[in-house]
Amino acid sequence: MNSKTIVHIIRFFFLVLAQVLVFNNLNFLGFINPMIYILYFYWYPVKENRAILLLASFILGLTIDLFSDTMAIHTVSCLTIAYMRSGIMRFCFGVNYDFQNFKLASTTTLQQITFLALLILFHHFIFFFLEIFSFSNLLLILKKVLIVGAASLVLSLLIRSLFSIQKK
Amino acid sequence: MQQIINFLIKNKNGLLYVFLLTIALGLTVQSNSYHQSKYFNSTNWFAGNIYQTSSNITTYFSLEQENKTLLDENKRLRHQLFNQALEFIDSIPLDTTLSYNLITANVVKNSYSLSKNYITINAGQKQGLEQDMGVMTANGIIGIIERTSPKFSIIQSILNTKSTINAKLKNSNYFGSLVWDTKDFNTVQLTDIPRMVEIKEGDTVVTGAMSSIFPENIPIGTITDYSLNTSENSYNINISLFQDMANVKNVYIIKNENLTELNELEKGIE
Repeated sequence: MNSKTIVHIIRFFFLVLAQVLVFNNLNFLGFINPMIYILYFYWYPVKENRAILLLASFILGLTIDLFSDTMAIHTVSCLTIAYMRSGIMRFCFGVNYDFQNFKLASTTTLQQITFLALLILFHHFIFFFLEIFSFSNLLLILKKVLIVGAASLVLSLLIRSLFSIQKK
Repeated sequence: MQQIINFLIKNKNGLLYVFLLTIALGLTVQSNSYHQSKYFNSTNWFAGNIYQTSSNITTYFSLEQENKTLLDENKRLRHQLFNQALEFIDSIPLDTTLSYNLITANVVKNSYSLSKNYITINAGQKQGLEQDMGVMTANGIIGIIERTSPKFSIIQSILNTKSTINAKLKNSNYFGSLVWDTKDFNTVQLTDIPRMVEIKEGDTVVTGAMSSIFPENIPIGTITDYSLNTSENSYNINISLFQDMANVKNVYIIKNENLTELNELEKGIE
């Protein structure tokens, strides 16, 4: 148990409680409930064991599902972005990602925002697709993905800047 | 053998992903086809108590409005009581002859932005709650109990695509089923009303007599607009709910005392 593990666990509980007690009750305009717990995947260390990330994402999704009575669709979307994470990172950060001493803080802000936005986009698409689960409502799914996704991105960026690690 | 082990080690993350994904999809499909899974919802001890704590704090902010709702309801009931036609009572009915009993509870978690919404309340098996009991507020119905734990219960809200409730037009007694098209959380749809029925905007819709869950004539909402369905033989009617689904605090659970007898009777026929 080093201090990094404890930080991870505290972050886990902070994000779950913030999500289920605050952000799940926002209901802005009747349907916008931003999902800010995706920040967990953004903050997760770059070079960490992927198996542990998958297990952590499974537990994270399951906990959120347990509170929101959404069957296991948060779990499915969480698992998928955890699995896709390294691919998305390679897409966003290019060859830098393969260097041994690569850190998230050493990339440009634009790259970081793209990374977060892609995580949110994939997550929301899987989530709303499974939640509504019909092709006839494809427009409704796209509408929800775009609007809720935008709200999630804005709020995640605000929280990210609130807890940002000092650069340099 | 060596190759199989090598393959497993090489693809361990992919295999782990597929394994966990199968569990998650299994849970989703299982609760889609049947009632919610047994432990995997917010009635469990852990989630229930956290919601209870949070609701203990937030209820203070709406006490004034809740008082007003209760006063309004009391006023309505007293009005009925005082204006009742006086009649000769030859016997006082005993409590055991009641066919419906009411249990009260508070909402600890409510959602209305998804397509399958559930409400969690802080009463459960200890208070005598069971699956398939109707739940209403002072203004109208809100759903049916889907799963209970010792201290909490989960209600399938009328804002749930799985929900169908028997409802009828108050003035003509034609009945149909109440469903939700996920578009607006204060509007539900009444379907299967035949074409020949005369409908007016503003008509009241109440619960029907076809269900053993709700007593007849509990208010639901008023008709805002209506249109014929694609096959043009029945109406799709939009109903604006009396109860604001975004603001549900105190609820009544309706317990049908004759339910076991009724079920046995129906079983005998089949």
